[in-house]
Amino acid sequence: MPDTAAPDAAPDVTDWPDRLHALLKAAGVRQASYVPDAGHATLIRRFEADEDVHAISLTTEEEGIAIAAGAWLGGVRSVLLMQSSGVGNCINMLSLPVQARMPLLMLVTMRGEWGEFNPWQVPMSRATQPALEAIGVTVLRAETGADLLEITAQAADMAFESDQQVAVLIGQRLLGRKKW
Amino acid sequence: MVTAMSDATTQGQGTGMDRRAAVARLIAARDGALVVTGLGSPSYDVHAAGDDPANYYLWGAMGGAALVALGLALAQPGRRVMAITGDGEQLMALGALATIATARPRNLDLIVLDNGHYGETGMQRSHTGRGLDLAAMAAAAGWAEAATLHGLQEVDALALRLRDPAEGPRMAVLKIAAENPPRSLPPRDATFIKTRFRAHLGLAPC
Repeated sequence: MPDTAAPDAAPDVTDWPDRLHALLKAAGVRQASYVPDAGHATLIRRFEADEDVHAISLTTEEEGIAIAAGAWLGGVRSVLLMQSSGVGNCINMLSLPVQARMPLLMLVTMRGEWGEFNPWQVPMSRATQPALEAIGVTVLRAETGADLLEITAQAADMAFESDQQVAVLIGQRLLGRKKW
Repeated sequence: MVTAMSDATTQGQGTGMDRRAAVARLIAARDGALVVTGLGSPSYDVHAAGDDPANYYLWGAMGGAALVALGLALAQPGRRVMAITGDGEQLMALGALATIATARPRNLDLIVLDNGHYGETGMQRSHTGRGLDLAAMAAAAGWAEAATLHGLQEVDALALRLRDPAEGPRMAVLKIAAENPPRSLPPRDATFIKTRFRAHLGLAPC
């Protein structure tokens, strides 16, 4: 069983993408699919460079829901990376892991909620958590790097050990303007 | 592109192969392949050819069948994976043609049963029924093979060829008659089918 206890982390953890990569590897993740987002850029690079992990570039986010289901049917753990706008694309496809009770771990970077410059991001930002919850996905939020690591570690347990569909929302305040 | 009309069945509306006969041939020659089916008639066709724990039937998640097969193919590189779906289902996920081409699994074959219509909902004409060529789109996306088949003899040849190693994902569009054979309903419990499928691969339920 991978050790997914919360890593040591100070409140000002800034290298969370590297730590997330290590944490997800330790949780047994071997497929990572994504629609790119600036907030996920480092983590995507880590997965793309990782020979143990199939990194799969998607044209739209719901593809990743179906791919994760296939991976689980074949005995492989996966993670799906997207921006909050992509959650809206996923709703009907989420029927599959919810109805089949398959593990699903989504890491969602938030837009449209903190210092946003593009108003088009705001409506889906507001709809992200309610939409996920409406179809049966458990939603957790992280506002600091330390929180994100602890929450993701236990979300991986809930997904892969308890057959749950879990989305971890990464607050835009944590991502910060600089990284955009 | 294959254009022969050799032994195409002409029962039902218009011309085209008998879908049950075509799928039965592919399933009979599966040779251990794992099979994922798209919602509606393709699930019924595969079930009619014989229920099997190595089948994962979708009853929803439209657009997902070929992508479930992709995740499975990458997870099980030593096994051949065959997705069997319809033109309507695949048209909903044209981006999947790009994603699968880019991921380039060598053990994924996609069979599209193309009657040019949405058979489950009243036989409304689909985009392929209005001229769209799915095999040409797959070829343009970079699939290793993409062909359109019109006769059961071609399906027999395909079933044998699919056992050979592939350089990348392969697609075959089977032109079938626009008709709805009697439904052959697979279990609707997605969890049961999942657990049965995983057990077939020696995987624990949870």
